[in-house]
Amino acid sequence: MATTYDIASKQSTAELGGPVPVVAVEELCKSFGSHRVLNGISLSVSRGETLAVLGRSGTGKSVLLRLIIGLEKPDSGSIRIHGEDIAGLTLDRMGAIRKKMGFLFQHAALYDSLTVAGNVAFPLEHHRREMSKGERDDRVEQLLAEVGMEGAQEKMPSDISGGMQKRVGLARALALEPEILLLDEPTAGLDPISSGEIDDLILKLQRERKMASIVVTHDLHSAKAISNRLALLDKGNVVIEGRFEDLQQSDIGFVKEFLK
Amino acid sequence: MSGIGANAVAGRDLASESERGGFVVSALGSLGGAVNGFLEWFGSLGIFTWQVLRAGVTPPYEWRELVRQLDEVGSRSLPLVAMAGSAIGVIISLEARYSLSRFGAKSMFPATLVYSVIQVMGPIITGLIVSGRVGAGIGAELASMKVTEQIDAIEASAINPYRLLAATRILACILMLPLLTLVADASGLLTGWFAQMLVEPLSFHQFVEYGFQGATFNAFVPPTFKTAVYGLIIGTIACFQGMRTRGGAEGVGRAATNSVVLGSLFVILADVVLVKFILVAFP
Repeated sequence: MATTYDIASKQSTAELGGPVPVVAVEELCKSFGSHRVLNGISLSVSRGETLAVLGRSGTGKSVLLRLIIGLEKPDSGSIRIHGEDIAGLTLDRMGAIRKKMGFLFQHAALYDSLTVAGNVAFPLEHHRREMSKGERDDRVEQLLAEVGMEGAQEKMPSDISGGMQKRVGLARALALEPEILLLDEPTAGLDPISSGEIDDLILKLQRERKMASIVVTHDLHSAKAISNRLALLDKGNVVIEGRFEDLQQSDIGFVKEFLK
Repeated sequence: MSGIGANAVAGRDLASESERGGFVVSALGSLGGAVNGFLEWFGSLGIFTWQVLRAGVTPPYEWRELVRQLDEVGSRSLPLVAMAGSAIGVIISLEARYSLSRFGAKSMFPATLVYSVIQVMGPIITGLIVSGRVGAGIGAELASMKVTEQIDAIEASAINPYRLLAATRILACILMLPLLTLVADASGLLTGWFAQMLVEPLSFHQFVEYGFQGATFNAFVPPTFKTAVYGLIIGTIACFQGMRTRGGAEGVGRAATNSVVLGSLFVILADVVLVKFILVAFP
């Protein structure tokens, strides 16, 4: 059955001894100037679970991810990572939390002055300083193989396609073995075959690594393929949250229109 | 009729009074907006500087990036600075010889050239050249990284962009400006002497002996090392303009332009203060 999200039901889940959410967002509000982007939304995701956040363009899906990783500050509400509220954390503590997160940007955001290998090695060079160069190179090779980009170490980001850039971005996001994976439009702008390959890759990583993932997308097919739960946003609110079947059975006009 | 005419004149007076009032209000509004924008810019620059300072003094230190930036700011600016210094040396040589000849003070030529190059032209030319080359480069590079979310990606990877990108570039500018100034000075003195020698034989030994006669530490060292302040200004403004960019390719262009324009302007303004400070502190 479809369930609109409410705090009471989530609290009761916790009280019943359900899994403690790895990421819990409560009553989150964010405005840019006079434009309210998020209007008190609440969501959570547990270990090994993938939540797809759907919605029309400009409904604050990407802003939600940027708030979770601390690139934006909320106007009100709370974001808890492993139960710790990230509001007002020192830069060092926030850094420690970010090391547990991997973020795939919508346009991959690869460092254009570095090679593919340099991009993947970048977090390792800064946070695994004890690693020798050989160990780091091996790790980069392994990560690139994991995303199907073996042999591309010396290529520059400008020399590879959009789909390949996303794969490299994903390898970079996985470099520090994150517990939380945030994916911003992982299949946007890709052809159906490349989209399918990225979906398969995300599913494979989920099976192997059991991360808590939040995937922002407006690709319904992709969301259905890779997520356990879906949340549909409209005008800064969660309209519905549940399994794909729950959305299909919903009588809410916006949900019907979106699925159509 | 005359009453109607008088009313019409009074009406026109009232209308023009009202227009004048509207113009004054509008002008005051624009002025207020400009002052507000100026104060906001300075406030943001202050906050940015504090964040960079805080990030820069706390470990982990980004040595590798610092070395890369020292090369970028120093080695790669060297040919340009040497060329500009050489040109300045020739210009001062030509001008000084002509002016000194008119007053029968040709013997003062070596000292005039040495003091003009080292105390005045070398530092300011180096500052302006570096502001143009390095300021534009840093502004455009960081702005491009900002609009393509590369700076966000650095932050999302738990790396402090103020430490990695800004502190290293600003420190490289501070360290390299005095060294580049020495290069500009040396080039200027050499070409100045050479230009003079083509007209009137003067050995290099004599040139150095007369030029540096009675020279003191205060005469040459503070003017050279004041350029570290230029480096601070150029690096800070370029990083600030780059990292606060918005708006795609247009924003990148604006950041590069503003980095050069504001950097050069503040270098010249700082020179006014620094010259006075050096005259008072190092008499």
